[in-house]
Amino acid sequence: MNLFQTLQTGAGAWNPLLWLVALAVALGVALAIRSRGRKDFREGAGRKPFISGNEEPANGGGHVPASNLYWGFLESLKSYYVRVVPLHTGVPTDYVAWLLGVMALMLVVALTV
Amino acid sequence: MMDTFVMRHLPALLIAVPLFAAFLMPIVGNAGRVARNAWVLLGALATSAVGLALAWKVLATGTVLYVFGAAAAHLPLPMDSGGIPIRIVFQVDALSALMVVIASLSSLGITIYSLAAESRQSGLETFYAMLFLLVAGVLGMVSTGDLFNFFVFLEISSLAGAALVAYRVDNGVAVEAGLKYALLSTLGALAVLTAIGILVGQYDALNLATLASRLQFTTLDKIALVLLAVPLAMKCGAVPMHFWTPDAYTTAPSSVTAFLVVSSQASLYGLFRILFTLYGHLLQFSWATFGWFLIVVGVLSMFVGVTMAIPQKDVKRLMAYHAVSQTGYMLLGVGVGLAVLGNADALATYGRTAMAGGLFHIINHAMYKGLLFLTAGAVFYRAGTRNLNKLGGLGHDMPWTMVFFMIGALAIAGVPPFNGFASKLLIYESVFRFSPFLSIVAMIVSILTLASFVKVFHSMFLGPRRAEFAAVREVPAPMLAGMALLAVFVVAAGLAPRPFVDHLIQPAVDALVDRAGYIAAILGGS
Amino acid sequence: MSSRLLLAMPYFTVVVLIVLGLAVMLSKRNLVKILMGLSLMESAVNLFLVATGYRHDGVAPIYTNVPAGPMVLPTVQALTLTSIVIGVATSAMLLSFAMVIYKKYGTTDIQKIKKLKG
Repeated sequence: MNLFQTLQTGAGAWNPLLWLVALAVALGVALAIRSRGRKDFREGAGRKPFISGNEEPANGGGHVPASNLYWGFLESLKSYYVRVVPLHTGVPTDYVAWLLGVMALMLVVALTV
Repeated sequence: MMDTFVMRHLPALLIAVPLFAAFLMPIVGNAGRVARNAWVLLGALATSAVGLALAWKVLATGTVLYVFGAAAAHLPLPMDSGGIPIRIVFQVDALSALMVVIASLSSLGITIYSLAAESRQSGLETFYAMLFLLVAGVLGMVSTGDLFNFFVFLEISSLAGAALVAYRVDNGVAVEAGLKYALLSTLGALAVLTAIGILVGQYDALNLATLASRLQFTTLDKIALVLLAVPLAMKCGAVPMHFWTPDAYTTAPSSVTAFLVVSSQASLYGLFRILFTLYGHLLQFSWATFGWFLIVVGVLSMFVGVTMAIPQKDVKRLMAYHAVSQTGYMLLGVGVGLAVLGNADALATYGRTAMAGGLFHIINHAMYKGLLFLTAGAVFYRAGTRNLNKLGGLGHDMPWTMVFFMIGALAIAGVPPFNGFASKLLIYESVFRFSPFLSIVAMIVSILTLASFVKVFHSMFLGPRRAEFAAVREVPAPMLAGMALLAVFVVAAGLAPRPFVDHLIQPAVDALVDRAGYIAAILGGS
Repeated sequence: MSSRLLLAMPYFTVVVLIVLGLAVMLSKRNLVKILMGLSLMESAVNLFLVATGYRHDGVAPIYTNVPAGPMVLPTVQALTLTSIVIGVATSAMLLSFAMVIYKKYGTTDIQKIKKLKG
């Protein structure tokens, strides 16, 4: 039994081995480019990381907190979020009401169709 | 080998072993820490061994019947019963076998993990007794062939689950989550019990196969269907009844959260069993309506789940919303299968593939989401906070946890060659033929999932070492071993998806579609 | 006619109890009262199960000194017993949760039990 047979999806196919071969080729290319770099470079003493010409912030100051990530995404979808987040009230009665509401809706649907 | 005493009584042992482990736990716990841990490990190993052996037997020889209290355990119809199975019957077919495999692997991984993760807590005898009860409840739910028995196991898993969620009182917050979970579970279970009453009152049977063979689809049956399907959809965390999921998943101990995912999926199994085996293929049953019910709540779950996850600050709450989102994929895949159940052509060309994708996603999700919750627990164990704004730079000192997190995160985002990709590919390409729009939504949700986990990875592991986490080091070996067990599955099912699909998933799809076969296994004939 | 009405009485009671229980659960703010509403619905479902098991002129399936006539198949009665036991367990757990929440939060107002949200 061949463990790595191709997975057929009816419309397409997927073989992880091919993907691994592609990954290996890409890795080889990357290593080849890297080997053409300067051999005389040494870390430390007088060399600083290049951050758009700015000084490196001390003691983790450069770490962006999670809340600041995807600010633009949240801002552009604000009209969606102001409607959906308040639905998550955290009140148990509301949770029960949602369950009963869906049940009532499905009762109507099931009895009419 | 096939006919030894143990092999013959596997379905009974499946429940008896975890219950025995649970009820002796308080006594063994008195003998000290080493004895307790040994007993926990032994119980978990025995439960998983029985589960895997049973699944292997089912996949090798077909549906396994077990009649409790009968002289011949494989004969469901006693001579003098007039053709009615009057005893409780366990009917383990390929779909049940899939769920048993999931529960066995997951419970073993989380138990090994919890041995170290919970070692600083008190009251561990009760904790482990509850954990084994939860495992027994889930295993019972997925292997019983009796509707009332299903209700009992549903209640066992709900009660044990709620007690475990509230186990660390955490200034009352955990109890609040436990209260919400228990309140909704009890109400849902009451609806299920009412439906059982309606069906028993009409057809005088509790056995699923017997009920399925007698069902007429009267008005009362329609009401019973809604009373069964909606609470089970709530228990698996489908939007818009998902509100309890983030609360409960966040506050439960991480090892328990990883198994609550499996418990939710047992409800998903119940939902599919009711829709396909009990009601499917009835001429009057509107496949399209209930197929679309699954599809709509599935798409809502995917989208609302992932968009609610992105702004979260608590890492476990974020992951819990992703659990809601991933459940949507399973509902979508199987929902498409149900919607085209009456159309043999469509079922053969893409319906079965969609269902295979949905069912494959169940086992994949249980493994990678379990793994992710365990890594979140590992970070909490060392850093003492789950707040993403306060974490950072842990990759320097917790390299293994970071590697496991990366494996889980890439798998959940559907990046090849991990297992999430294989099941999502099956769903995308088959659902596209049903409705391109749904398939595109599924892909967008995957992209947002990746974005969200990039944020988590950045916030927890990247950046320079922090002064406040100077004492942080790698978690103890048992926790790493538990995570490694799940990670190995994630990688293996990603690199070689074909054996899993051929030998585990396709038989489960066949079992779900083949309603007549399920009935014939009990009542004979074909 | 009146005997048919009498036979329908338990089902009528079940509907009334379920509606009462739901109304209590959705309208009250005191956690203990909400749990009472849940308990009320539990009793309603138990009554429903037992009511479906009633057979006119049926005899209890106890084989000593059995009178003539059809025997009742006691499945639903067995279900009800199981369901009562489960109900006791859930009620006990929910009430103990309510106690802990009152100790930690200082309130039983369900509208204020919402530290987990969003």
